[in-house]
Amino acid sequence: MKEVVVLSGKGGTGKTSIVGSFAALAKNKVLVDCDVDAADLHLLMQPVVKEKHEFWSGQVAFIDEQKCTQCGLCQELCRFNAIEDFRVDAASCEGCALCSRICPTEAIIMKESMSGYWFISDTRHGSLVHARLGIAQENSGKLVTVVRQQARQLAEKEGKDLIISDGPPGIGCPVIASLSGTSLALLVTEPTLSGMHDLERVLGVCRHFGVPALVCINKYDLNEENTRQIENNCLSQGIEIAGRVPFDNVVTESIVQGIPVVEYSSGKVSRQIEGMWRTFSAMLGNHSEG
Amino acid sequence: MIISVASGKGGTGKTLVATSLALSLKDREKVQFLDCDVEEPNAHIFLKPVITRSEPVYIQVPEVDDRKCTYCGKCAEVCAYHAIAVILKQVLVFPHLCHGCGACSYLCPEKAVSEQGREIGVIESGYSNGLGFVQGRLTVGEAMPTPVIRKLKEQINGEGIVIIDVSPGTSCPVVQSIKGSDFCLLVTEPTPFGLNDLMLAVETSKELSTPCGVVINRAGTGDGKVQEYCAKENIPVLLTIPLDTSIARLYSRGVALVEGMPLWKESFVELFDSIQEIVHERSRSVKR
Repeated sequence: MKEVVVLSGKGGTGKTSIVGSFAALAKNKVLVDCDVDAADLHLLMQPVVKEKHEFWSGQVAFIDEQKCTQCGLCQELCRFNAIEDFRVDAASCEGCALCSRICPTEAIIMKESMSGYWFISDTRHGSLVHARLGIAQENSGKLVTVVRQQARQLAEKEGKDLIISDGPPGIGCPVIASLSGTSLALLVTEPTLSGMHDLERVLGVCRHFGVPALVCINKYDLNEENTRQIENNCLSQGIEIAGRVPFDNVVTESIVQGIPVVEYSSGKVSRQIEGMWRTFSAMLGNHSEG
Repeated sequence: MIISVASGKGGTGKTLVATSLALSLKDREKVQFLDCDVEEPNAHIFLKPVITRSEPVYIQVPEVDDRKCTYCGKCAEVCAYHAIAVILKQVLVFPHLCHGCGACSYLCPEKAVSEQGREIGVIESGYSNGLGFVQGRLTVGEAMPTPVIRKLKEQINGEGIVIIDVSPGTSCPVVQSIKGSDFCLLVTEPTPFGLNDLMLAVETSKELSTPCGVVINRAGTGDGKVQEYCAKENIPVLLTIPLDTSIARLYSRGVALVEGMPLWKESFVELFDSIQEIVHERSRSVKR
């Protein structure tokens, strides 16, 4: 079974539009949305939720005011600045439990925290595993690991040989959780200095975790000089350009309609994405042999 | 006053708004700019700061003194992150899992655990054309941006206006960045993706009891649902920026909007005035 992930470093470069289109083009696959912070893939897939599960992750400290003598030891020792005025700021607490272990009056207990939900849904392009991390919650990386595990189990159960994953922006914890152990990554960038800067960093993460990557230049005609530079940079690093997609308002229109762009239009954008899917799946085939 | 510029969804124009807001105010206020998107910091591309100071960010990871260790296993038992394991007469430390809470060293009965700084990023500070500038950079391959953000926010000088460029999302790094702000400016685009993620960002700012207002970027495309939502929820739309390829081209070259199109400066000054009014109004009503 192969797992592929679409990442970008910079947000808003078009990951979800491309994953939605890949979903429409690929056969025999399971979809997973690893952007658990701000998940959007469901807006293109119109899922019917079949299963909803609570996500319990880690613990948060809680101070019992009745028992607390306000000695201040917990505040002094907390490395996360999560205790102020003898109250725990749940959003800053990383659940290490040091405070609860050292409190002289045993006034601090650790409570399990329910920090989101994950879902298994049906879509017209196959099963989708997605999630909703609670607001201001920790452990987005853990939730990504959960949805990936579920997607693998589901793929095995359904006899699917491919998992396509929509990744989060950035390079930190949820990105690493989305990327590690996948077969191939598609990095969607745009020809802006910001997009190029962020692409280099996310390429570094792929190298660090030993995942081969291909690059897609979205809105390539916005700045063709930058596009050429991205191509040259990729060439010099031995990274293949999977495709170049022009800027076209048809992408926004398809999002408004809630359907992947390749199903909405048969224009240039769709043809480019179709070509990119062919390149991408061919590359995936090579990796299966290697 | 501290203003955070956030969004939920990535790529809506946070950095565009944050940099132009800072550049529009620097002639009349003392402005400090903090780029808290430590995973992908981009504001430097537009502000081109001179960096005068660079300071590594460390996370404190355990180091076990074999001579003192009795292999009792206490350190492994108290580690919530499974970053330390004791197997027979060996202590294994997994530095990448360690959050640096200090529980192992504090609770070791033999005082055999000391801590060693492991570099996970850097804080760079300097100035840019009259602005104070500070950014954090998480090292590529590292998972935890929050300690870098915490360290970065220690650089807030508390004078004048502080503008914080926040990473996309709604989880811990976003909360750490916004925490302590007087106002949260949420940048969105008029599409179902923009709306979905704006709603999450609004919830985040409510969770932090921070008042918020909206900037709609790339207006004229998509649909009208973001405006409808803002009207219904009584969230002020403070600025609208149209979809305009010449704005996008400036952005692609790393030119701040108000520098490439100086006419926009007035709109950003007005944006700031509206924010200031909301913040003052709120502090008056809190005092009452």
